[in-house]
Amino acid sequence: MSALKPGEVNLGTTIMAVQFDGGVVVGADSRTTTGAYIANRVTDKLTKIHDRIYCCRSGSAADTQAVADIVQYHMQMYTAQHGEAPTVKVAASLFQEICYQNKNNLSAGIIVAGWDERDGASVYNIPLGGSLHREPFAIGGSGSTYIYGYCDKVFRPDLSRDECIEFVKNSVSLAMTRDGSSGGVVRLAVITKDGVERQFVPGDQLPEQYVG
Amino acid sequence: MDAIKIQLPHTVQPRAENANDGAVSRTMQPIVTGTSVVAFKYKDGIMMAADTLASYGSLARFRSEKRLMAVGDNTLVGVSGDLSDFQYMQHVLEDLETRELCMDDDQTLGTKSVYKYISNIMYNRRTKVDPLWNSYVVAGLDHDEKFLGFVDLYGTRYQSPTIATGFGAHLAQPILRKRVEGREDEIEEEEALAILDDCMRVLFYRDARSFNKLRRAKVTAQGVEISEPYSLETNWDFAESIVGYGG
Amino acid sequence: MTSIGTGYDLSVSTYSPDGRIFQVEYAQKAVDNSGTAIGLRVKDGVVLAVEKIKHSRLLVPESNRRIMTAAKHVGIVSAGWMSDTRHLVKRAREESRNYHDTYKRDVPAKILAERMGMYKQVYTLYSAVRPFGVGTIMASYDADGPQLYMVEPSGQYFGYHGCAAGKGKQVAKTEIEKLKLSEMTVREAIKEAARIIYSAHDETKDKLFELELSWVCEESGRKHQRVPKELIEEAIQYAERALDEDDDEMDDDEE
Repeated sequence: MSALKPGEVNLGTTIMAVQFDGGVVVGADSRTTTGAYIANRVTDKLTKIHDRIYCCRSGSAADTQAVADIVQYHMQMYTAQHGEAPTVKVAASLFQEICYQNKNNLSAGIIVAGWDERDGASVYNIPLGGSLHREPFAIGGSGSTYIYGYCDKVFRPDLSRDECIEFVKNSVSLAMTRDGSSGGVVRLAVITKDGVERQFVPGDQLPEQYVG
Repeated sequence: MDAIKIQLPHTVQPRAENANDGAVSRTMQPIVTGTSVVAFKYKDGIMMAADTLASYGSLARFRSEKRLMAVGDNTLVGVSGDLSDFQYMQHVLEDLETRELCMDDDQTLGTKSVYKYISNIMYNRRTKVDPLWNSYVVAGLDHDEKFLGFVDLYGTRYQSPTIATGFGAHLAQPILRKRVEGREDEIEEEEALAILDDCMRVLFYRDARSFNKLRRAKVTAQGVEISEPYSLETNWDFAESIVGYGG
Repeated sequence: MTSIGTGYDLSVSTYSPDGRIFQVEYAQKAVDNSGTAIGLRVKDGVVLAVEKIKHSRLLVPESNRRIMTAAKHVGIVSAGWMSDTRHLVKRAREESRNYHDTYKRDVPAKILAERMGMYKQVYTLYSAVRPFGVGTIMASYDADGPQLYMVEPSGQYFGYHGCAAGKGKQVAKTEIEKLKLSEMTVREAIKEAARIIYSAHDETKDKLFELELSWVCEESGRKHQRVPKELIEEAIQYAERALDEDDDEMDDDEE
């Protein structure tokens, strides 16, 4: 199920989303690999689903792009039909439905995060089998396994917006240095009621850390 | 002499399903999983417990999951196994509740009906070689009669005064045999809680996919009650005096 | 109606020269012949009430319900043909379920009303079909609060604070307009709904009737349910008392 097809491009990946009072911060590395070869070192894994809903993609690049495109289309239809923006939950549920119904053919681990009028900021995680989990923060991709301990230690539910940005920067760059399938730059997006602000940390300006 | 094999570039390799003569494989493996559920009958009804962990292989990935749910007014369902399949089942059961409500016939969903409904789904899916990777424990009071049943991914089902799934079948069931069987109508709530906690403690000590954050639930004549998460007291003091590995 | 009998009212697929579709208007007539149905949207919920006219004393009390549940949070009462109503309620249930399957949330009332409107509208386009002889009143408690919609045989639908359909709709509407709906609670609305149904009831034409009442409100956990028996009884007493008082006043006038 999770195995890549021959020649498939993999988003080895570290992805992350954190919720704070009034918004979310999403973050990702920028490495795409085919085996050990870096097919793209400046990938954008933060994909816009709606005005204030983003998803972070991990797994097969082709699969997650296809799924994100389908959900994006449905969210546009939803907005036209309902006359209002979809909630993050609705978007996440649609992701889940597609990932669950096609679990045998997809390798997609997706984090959906954003802000909406009804629920405020929220983060949803949809791992491989197609289950849906709401969390105050979520990490995903191969790199995430190296930073569970760090994230559990540093995260607090009352982190401010700026603290969240720092948290994501630090976590993702730690994962990037330990995970061969993650690397490049850190891309960030802050989603609040007021809109989306994208940020970027170049690969040569990552936060300092012990490297032996 | 071996036939000469030509390795085609991956882009023109035959598709996997051609390789096995058109057969498709549909069975899979559970990904995000929950471990044991423990349940037994006692004087006022049925007690059940499950921890709040959703594992991802050996990774303790999601730690606030709810694996106990109420269906209708007097049925409690506990689940182990794949959580995406459980979420699907939850949705199906919500639909069932809605249909029952729409009937507007002064009837409510009985525990036995819910049990049969889940069993049918489980057996139907295993028949399609596409099982829902779960074990379900269904408990309730059906016309004042205590009911406790089990269904697994093959559609196997049985009823028993004590049921434990997964590791619980090995570690909790012997405890329940000793302390519950034959006394289902005598055990007071206080004792039932103690038995439940003892089972869950052993599971926490010995099941590597367990977690010390759990919920317990009961079904009584008053309906279903699912607790908030709590933790068990554990004892590690004796470990300090253990030095070396013997010999 | 100028064009009646001139052949423009035989099919729904033919307009009359003055731009009307008579079959749709006749379907509305079918609605107007039915027992009165009303909906009241108040601050904490919605109440549905209907005057269920009984054509025989031999009918089992409380049978042949006219208020139905389309989803946990949606109730439907209609005026018109019950056979058509059942078909439409079935459709409403399918729509609600379908929405829930896709978006994993309760269908908003306006979406359900729109879909029911679209469904009915299709039956005003083809000569092979007959429009539904039903006015559908939908009560719902969705994410935006209490909602009340009425869908007409034409497929037109509107959101209301209070609405009425059926024989006594004129009387009912006048009574509803006197109420301060946005300040009322469902408990008060139940009584007023009963009173309105009782006052809209024409005893000279229909002797036997039964009052059906349902609500979707905070008190019912945002679920559509029958109003509890004791509350219905209380409401009926209130309605009968109000009617007696009215009669007394009229007697006074005559003196």
